[in-house]
Amino acid sequence: MEELVQHLTPILKEITGYIFPNEVELHWGILIVLYPYLTGLVAGAFILASLVKVFNVKELQPTYRIAMLTALAFLIVAPLPLLGHLGHPEKSYEIFLTPNTTSAMAMFGFVYAWYLMAVLLLEIWFDYRRDIILWASKEKGIKKWIHKIVSLFSKDISEKAIRFDKKSVKIVTIIGIPSAFLLHGYVGFIFGSIKANPWWSSVLMPIVFLFSAIVSGIALVLIIYMVVTPLRSKPIQMDCLDKLASYLFYVMIIDFSLEALDFIHRIYESEESIKILSELVSGKLFVSLVVIQLLMGMLIPLASIAATKIFKAPSELKKMVYFIAAILVEIGIFTTRWNIVIGGQLFSKSLRGLTVYKMTFFGLEGFLAAIGILILPFIILFILMRLLPPWEEARNP
Amino acid sequence: MEKKINEAEKKLERRNFLKKLAVISVAPIAFGFLGSGEKLMGLKKWALNNGYVPKDHKWGMGIDINKCIGCGRCADACKNENNVPREPFFFRTWVERYRIYDDGEVLVDSPNGSIDGFEVLSTKKKMERSFFVPKICNHCDNPPCVQVCPVGATFKSEDGVVLVDSDYCIGCRYCIQACPYGARFLHPVTRTAEKCTFCYQRITKDKLPVCVEVCPTQARVFGELNKKASPLVRFLRMNKIGILKPSLNTEPKVFYANLDMEVK
Ligand code: SF4
Ligand code: SF4
Repeated sequence: MEELVQHLTPILKEITGYIFPNEVELHWGILIVLYPYLTGLVAGAFILASLVKVFNVKELQPTYRIAMLTALAFLIVAPLPLLGHLGHPEKSYEIFLTPNTTSAMAMFGFVYAWYLMAVLLLEIWFDYRRDIILWASKEKGIKKWIHKIVSLFSKDISEKAIRFDKKSVKIVTIIGIPSAFLLHGYVGFIFGSIKANPWWSSVLMPIVFLFSAIVSGIALVLIIYMVVTPLRSKPIQMDCLDKLASYLFYVMIIDFSLEALDFIHRIYESEESIKILSELVSGKLFVSLVVIQLLMGMLIPLASIAATKIFKAPSELKKMVYFIAAILVEIGIFTTRWNIVIGGQLFSKSLRGLTVYKMTFFGLEGFLAAIGILILPFIILFILMRLLPPWEEARNP
Repeated sequence: MEKKINEAEKKLERRNFLKKLAVISVAPIAFGFLGSGEKLMGLKKWALNNGYVPKDHKWGMGIDINKCIGCGRCADACKNENNVPREPFFFRTWVERYRIYDDGEVLVDSPNGSIDGFEVLSTKKKMERSFFVPKICNHCDNPPCVQVCPVGATFKSEDGVVLVDSDYCIGCRYCIQACPYGARFLHPVTRTAEKCTFCYQRITKDKLPVCVEVCPTQARVFGELNKKASPLVRFLRMNKIGILKPSLNTEPKVFYANLDMEVK
């Protein structure tokens, strides 16, 4: 309590205009920024993997398993920020026991469980089953046992079984794509359905969330592929990279158009809230929205990828451009989430004033915790890659 | 004769006491197994056992802006009655001051929710109009806060009052985001959502909400919406009435007389 009061008191001086007294405390902080960011990466990486499977894109084959494991690693971490921000995390099971059916947030548990169990784990298991069995047969000690357990003690690698595996992967993928859309579209709905908040309330929100998620997922897989491959002293396959970059490019165009549409629509309709929102965009959100999200995270990557295509840049240069573009995109999508979650709370619902967000450094909802949550999926991914090597040469002939 | 009455009274008291005891001991067990729908049943039972029948009532409030003098006694009394932290970030009710100048500028403030009163400010500009607006949870009949609560901890009681069951609240703050009026906060100690309950502990015992009781000008009127003889119905009959943010279709049950277009 004392801490909170100490945190809030200086904010009183930074408020401009009038905000409701209960609005001095900003309710959703950095953790709720992370939540859509992480689930977006999950959905994006998975959709990329599904594209590879469904359309049988040969060039992207090396990234298929990487993308699946990435999705899993991030999905495992995704509920953490949600739990961390609750006033009573110990009561969170209530969401499963007595869900309120009219609440978008209540569906989280079910959507999450469905996605984890029925989609991701299943697809990974079917895809890896044969390899795991073969690995286990050649290994000794603890690794053998881990693989045996992970394969759920199945042993059948007859042609018929393998064919069944392949078919199952296809089916799960086909169920998986709408599920991934659901997982992230629903996160957008959590915000988009709040009529009290003109910054959030928009039917486009779930769709914008979805496409920005795909953008961030593709960029992340590209980064991981470019970092991991040289570390294993293997050559980066240029055709794979080119394909990833062009996918990234096209999805970004869609994302950009959607966001532009949303923007134009708001200005054109020019509702009651337009005054305070333009004050917000041209003031407190200018750097994070216009400079970082739009310019750095969107226009520069788009232009640079386009330039490599137009000028037929040499491979080495292309690699560098792709890598930097992907990093910029990641930063850009993170600030997109920031601008939605934090930005939506910087103006008062009285539409008469603006407040500020002060992140704490320590504590469950502080900067350090956020960094920890961002690093954690990479540690999990590292372990997963050790256990279930996603490389082509690890596959058994 | 008197003795008899006394005895009967005692008996009644004893019986009531036993009933209460039963409710108190069974309630937590029952609550634990109940779904969100049934949580309401728990409350109903409790209320019935106290001789209060929620479905016989439909509560609402009327606020006459012309009568409010901005003394802030309501906000102060509310904090005392309902154990609201005294810090200036947590309010179940507060009063806003509006100053509208002839050049169109609108200044709104509510320092410490009005509890310490308002500073007199002098400018050279000419004031067009000025007034005070008490704010409170609107006990919306179509409450967005209830709609979004993931666990059903926030609910609309049968008497129309929107309440929070702090035993169930997980502190996700979704309801706070969904309330268009800034009527909710997270209690810093219990870490659960809080808001005006029309002083539920009082109205179920035939008392007025404390803000209504302490108001020196009777700017606030509390009462039944469905009973012709109620002071609130009379208030609604005698005044031109406005509600806050009607475009959001929340259907507030707090009604303002002499509402100004600048109030949001
Ligand atoms: S005013 Fe806010 S807290 Fe009260 S019922 Fe309406 S939405 Fe809920
Ligand atoms: S903070 Fe409590 S009452 Fe509000 S939505 Fe979350 S669980 Fe429900």
